[in-house]
Amino acid sequence: MRDNTQTPEAQVAQKSKISATGVQVHYGDTHAIKDVNVEIEDKTVTAFIGPSGCGKSTFLRCINRMNDTIDICRVQGKILLDGEDIYDPKVDPVQLRAKVGMVFQKPNPFPKSIYDNVAYGPRIHGLARNKAELDEIVERALRRGAIWDEVKDRLAAPGTGLSGGQQQRLCIARAVATEPEVLLMDEPCSALDPIATAQVEELIDELRQNYSVVIVTHSMQQAARVSQRTAFFHLGNLVEFGDTDKIFTTPEDPRTESYITGRIG
Amino acid sequence: MTFNFLGNPLTLTLLVLSVAGVGYFLARRRAMARAGGDARVLHSLPNYYGMTAAMFAAVPALGVMVIWLLAQPMLIQNAVVPLLPAAATETAGTTSLVLSDVNRVAGGLTLAIEQGVLDAPAIAALRDDPSTLRATLAGVGVALGSEVEPYVLAAAETTRGLEARWGLVRGLVVVALGLAGLALAVRAADPAFRARNVVERGMMALLIAAASLAILTTLGIVLSMLFETINFFSLHPWQDFFLGGNWAPNFRGNSELSILPLLWGTLYISIIALMVAVPVGLFAAIYLSEYASPQLRSAAKPLLEILAGIPTIVYGLFALITVGPFLVSVFGAGGLLSAEGLRDGDALMSGATAVITAGLVMGIMLIPFVSSLSDDIINAVPQSLRDGSYGLGATPSETIRNVVLPAALPGIVGAILLAASRAIGETMIVVLGAGAIARISGNPFEAMTTITTRIVSQLTGDTDFASQETLVAFALGLTLFVLTLGLNVVALYIVRKYREQYE
Ligand SMILES: Nc1ncnc2c1ncn2[C@@H]1O[C@H](COP(=O)(O)OP(=O)(O)OP(=O)(O)O)[C@@H](O)[C@H]1O
Ligand SMILES: [Mg+2]
Repeated sequence: MRDNTQTPEAQVAQKSKISATGVQVHYGDTHAIKDVNVEIEDKTVTAFIGPSGCGKSTFLRCINRMNDTIDICRVQGKILLDGEDIYDPKVDPVQLRAKVGMVFQKPNPFPKSIYDNVAYGPRIHGLARNKAELDEIVERALRRGAIWDEVKDRLAAPGTGLSGGQQQRLCIARAVATEPEVLLMDEPCSALDPIATAQVEELIDELRQNYSVVIVTHSMQQAARVSQRTAFFHLGNLVEFGDTDKIFTTPEDPRTESYITGRIG
Repeated sequence: MTFNFLGNPLTLTLLVLSVAGVGYFLARRRAMARAGGDARVLHSLPNYYGMTAAMFAAVPALGVMVIWLLAQPMLIQNAVVPLLPAAATETAGTTSLVLSDVNRVAGGLTLAIEQGVLDAPAIAALRDDPSTLRATLAGVGVALGSEVEPYVLAAAETTRGLEARWGLVRGLVVVALGLAGLALAVRAADPAFRARNVVERGMMALLIAAASLAILTTLGIVLSMLFETINFFSLHPWQDFFLGGNWAPNFRGNSELSILPLLWGTLYISIIALMVAVPVGLFAAIYLSEYASPQLRSAAKPLLEILAGIPTIVYGLFALITVGPFLVSVFGAGGLLSAEGLRDGDALMSGATAVITAGLVMGIMLIPFVSSLSDDIINAVPQSLRDGSYGLGATPSETIRNVVLPAALPGIVGAILLAASRAIGETMIVVLGAGAIARISGNPFEAMTTITTRIVSQLTGDTDFASQETLVAFALGLTLFVLTLGLNVVALYIVRKYREQYE
């Protein structure tokens, strides 16, 4: 069922997976996102960069309607996923979030065993026919999250007992276990050592074969390494959006240039 | 005497407090002066020196005053008893009666003198024939039960004399203590003196005192019940109390006093109450915290809390006049579900007072209790966990079932156990709703009774505190206490254990 999004035509067309036009987000009186237009392509890694508080997480949360859970948050504008408006009243946000997975900025493992954490999504969506299949899904997800070797002997231990970086990778594994079409990753490597970071970047690269990935990062090097497209946010505005190579070599906007070279942020 | 005012505890307190106030300023000023006017040289802020002095002046003085006030009446009584004729002190009962008369007369005389109705010579004149004293004292608002005997008047005068003397001594001692404390602390006010640490220790002592008071009272309650319980078991075999099957108190003797039928009634009613309160309360809490809009939530939560504040006697009335009759109209003779055909013409329910009536109403009473506690607990589950679940494409109810409730479970179990101990201790609803018949039966439509209501009925009316029928109340009370204490301990244990695991 998931495979029909990868029809040959779609692959050839490289058409945009997500297309956001005129997105505005308000938290009460705070205007957090100001008229943002972004096209996120299929089978591409898109990086969101920008100084702290500029609205990267907020925009990311618009894409899978996680902002619905915040009472004071209002989202205006249009966001299309595969040509369908995700803010249409007919769209079920629950269904949407199964397709658009998310790794949160702060690791949030459930107070359950490591196994149950990863098996959570597959169980809800009935992805496994039996225990053996579920075991397989869990193992594969943990391997992709670069944490399998560390936890394979204590799958029954609580996920909350892991270290911060391990929890972050557990959450990545949990998100990929449901095989989303789009994966939104909010600073997934903020608490990881260089080795684990490299493994997660490898995973992102691997995911790109089939899915589109959006990653928020504060590391310019990481953005340059893993992404094909980069968006630079500043004070709620999308300042510049384009090919990663171009943004990092010949940025058009002076604000982008000063951020990349470390003068603002 | 000019120092009479020292005998009055209220003026004495004010005096000590003003001494403390003076000490505050003196110590503060002295510390500043010793520091050459530069507060930075001081070890502590100037206020701490003041507070130390106030503390040293007030705390020991007031403490001695309180202890003295508690001890003095006992000492005076011991001094007065030998003055009374042997006939008046034959038994403990008559002695206490006479002593209370003496105290009333003494208080009356003081009042009369204050109001100018009597004076010292007039009282002296009454010494041999105090027959008019009763009327005189009635005039100042002190009613006496009988004519005043000469020896009572004499004892009352001795009491007054001792009170005045010791009151004065007390006043002097307390003031002296206050001044000594003040002097000590003001002398110590010096830049090197660690006033801040002293104040800190003083605060700690205050908090410890409050905490120990709470614990000591609990201990006192338990001990007083324990002694009476031991008395009871010296009169009544414990085997009957714990293992017998009948509750049939009989003030003419030969009582059967077994806790089992009462315990059964208590648990039966509590279980029905919990079966009503837990699901309803929990679902209400889930709705309020997870689904309701913020406006609805902010309106409904205080409403629920008001419900929790309704006195239980009102719920009892509700059981008596509404729920009971309604249940009878459904399950009683001629009712829709009376099952008369099945049971040879007997209706299921014959009277309005029954286990089910009390259980239902008690359940209603506990709903706000359960829901408000669970609501707080559910709200304490971090939003990030819900986000994690929603982010994986779970519905709200899946999120609640799989993430929120498991995380909140220990707290919810604790809340349920607290509700259970309230149900077990509840009295009024049972008095009015469940009837007064002690029996062990599985039929919820029958009247039964509980431990608490039996305690009340054993202790009301004419009671003789030496009979087993009365003393059994203490044994019941102690058992109840142990029961609820056990429940609370288990609740705390569960909450602690899981909290560690999840955070
Ligand atoms: N739940 C919220 N309620 C109110 N205001 C919010 C909320 N979340 C974010 N904001 C505001 O929206 C703005 C953007 O926040 P956002 O979290 O999107 O920043 P960010 O770019 O992800 O920053 P960082 O790099 O530090 O994670 C900030 O000004 C923030 O104060
Ligand atoms: Mg962020």
